[in-house]
Amino acid sequence: MTPDTTTKTLTLAKAINAGLHRALTDDPRVVLLGEDIGALGGVFRVTSDLLAEFGPRRVMDTPLAESAIIGMAVGLAYRGYRPVAEIQFDGFIYPGFDQIVSQVAKLHYRTQGAVKMPITIRVPFGGGIGAAEHHSESPEAYFTHTSGLRVIAVSNPQDAYSLIRQAIASDDPVLYFEPKGRYHAKGEVIPELGASMERATIVAPGTDVTLVTYGPLVPTARDAALAAADEGVSIEVIDLRSLSPVDYPTLEASVRKTGRLVVTHEANRTGGIGGEVIASLTESCFNYLESAPVRVTGFDIPYPAAKLESHHLPDLDRILDGIDTVMGR
Amino acid sequence: MVESSPEFVQLITPEGERISNPELDPWVADVTDAQLTAWYEDMVVVRRIDTEATALQRQGELGLWPPLLGQEAAQVGSSRATRDDDFIFPSYRENAVAYVRGVPFADIVRVWRGNAQSGWDPYKHQLAAPNIIIGAQTLHAVGWGVGAKYDGVDSVAVTYFGDGATSEGDVNEAMVFAASFQAPVVFFCQNNHWAISEPVGLQAVQSIADRAPGFGIPSLRVDGNDVLAVVAATRLALDRARRGDGPTFIEAVTYRMGPHTTADDPTRYRDKAELEAWKLRDPILRLQRLLDSLGLLTPELEARTQAKADEVAAELRAGCINMPDPEPLTVFDNVYATPNATLEKERDQYAAYLSSFDSSNTTSNGGRS
Repeated sequence: MTPDTTTKTLTLAKAINAGLHRALTDDPRVVLLGEDIGALGGVFRVTSDLLAEFGPRRVMDTPLAESAIIGMAVGLAYRGYRPVAEIQFDGFIYPGFDQIVSQVAKLHYRTQGAVKMPITIRVPFGGGIGAAEHHSESPEAYFTHTSGLRVIAVSNPQDAYSLIRQAIASDDPVLYFEPKGRYHAKGEVIPELGASMERATIVAPGTDVTLVTYGPLVPTARDAALAAADEGVSIEVIDLRSLSPVDYPTLEASVRKTGRLVVTHEANRTGGIGGEVIASLTESCFNYLESAPVRVTGFDIPYPAAKLESHHLPDLDRILDGIDTVMGR
Repeated sequence: MVESSPEFVQLITPEGERISNPELDPWVADVTDAQLTAWYEDMVVVRRIDTEATALQRQGELGLWPPLLGQEAAQVGSSRATRDDDFIFPSYRENAVAYVRGVPFADIVRVWRGNAQSGWDPYKHQLAAPNIIIGAQTLHAVGWGVGAKYDGVDSVAVTYFGDGATSEGDVNEAMVFAASFQAPVVFFCQNNHWAISEPVGLQAVQSIADRAPGFGIPSLRVDGNDVLAVVAATRLALDRARRGDGPTFIEAVTYRMGPHTTADDPTRYRDKAELEAWKLRDPILRLQRLLDSLGLLTPELEARTQAKADEVAAELRAGCINMPDPEPLTVFDNVYATPNATLEKERDQYAAYLSSFDSSNTTSNGGRS
């Protein structure tokens, strides 16, 4: 069978579905497991139609217990499977936290490399959709703090397709964060693996300010770059894609060129990825910086009720305000 | 506080008398005299490993040791019942299981010497890395069992945990999942009566084995100090799993006669009389009495068994003491299966830092050395 290289226009959700479909087709050791992923196709329909095509052994509806979903994936990995676990919503990952950080992340190290944990954990994350409590969180920093895990966040259909396949193919465990507010965003998808999931992408080139982000805020950052251009400021927008490890060579090259740095994410500020990126780039590029780097982030609050979330989430204006700060305006 | 109820199935009384049990007898009808004496040897040897490792800890050669004193029959009987292709997911006290699975003696203490987080290759011995997060491994057994079922083999996952772990969500979630997927899993609970200082009554107001049927999992409560009963119960459970009848839960009622670990002081929390009562139910003593009644406890057997125990202890001690410290830069090894740029940079920086000491040693006169 010749590989399908046709370009299609897909939503981000459909692109993940296509990537899962391809992974299930290519490797019989790939199994999906999670709550409601079968007949329903997941609450966001990301796994639509996969049960019908691959059957209940490959697409496993599980009882409602996150620790068990991850723990069962560990056992399957011990036996040589490549499990893809779905956590239904960001805020539901905490009951599975121990299995992720104490088992999934550490078993390769603990067994001196004898046991591999090629587990992908899919997590719809982020806010802006007017959801109930526990349905809009950005828990990625907890996992970037844990050695042994790889953490990626996708922002567009092409990456969604390419990186789910790379994540599943990886012999390391990968936390795969899906921006649920962008599930319906459409884009062109070529069925290829694309750039390595470790690489950051320059989504808009610029010369005055480096604006770093990932996941749901990438389109907002791009809008900010367009708005800033109207005011004569040239913004280089970088989509991190990989939150652990971070592609520092790409970021360093950009900061050395622009001399100014803004990092934006929905997650709370304290202990967030923005702080880590800024600290690292300050260490490596201090002499190139024209001004103190700035974070534009969610506040240090529990995720607020839906009618307040627009105040918590960084938007175009707050990002532009951050750009003004590093520009000294 | 409700004590765990004494009712359990038994094939050898504490006095060493073989009694019949219609449910369990068929599972050990084929047991030979040679097997009985081999299990006796196993139990004597692992008790000696315990004594030697405790001594090594007291001498500063091990950072810590979790003794299994009193639990020899539960561990030897259950693991001797398994097949080589079954996969065992232990907790951290299953040193007799590691012995039965052929783990080199020094590797049994490697973790406790602080040389590695796990002493053996899990695939070489079909024995997972020890787990200190109590109960977490029960879920791994369910996943492995489901995988074995998908692969069309009749291998079984066996998981060990204590009475304390049965309070954890993971053990309960494992039972839900095992029942839902009819996973070939044997849940082997060693109820040794104490979770560090907490009595089993704080974990369970009725017998632990009674819980499993509520999950749809048949259970057995067996005298964990009776090696024959443990073998029979485990064989029964393994057979159910191999035939596609799903999980079984075994509660082996035993007693941790020593401390939780060498850092623990059980005299602070438990009654001496309780320990004395359990000493009368010693698993090795009762098998010795049975062998004696069968005319098998010959001076030759005793001498051979002691010689084996001495040999293993000497090998364990030599292996432990001569174990080289790991090389500094191996601290970075195997965090990831594929290179990680951030970590590689940390390794390079630390390597450069370490080598700066080497150069000061070799190039300066009177440098820091």
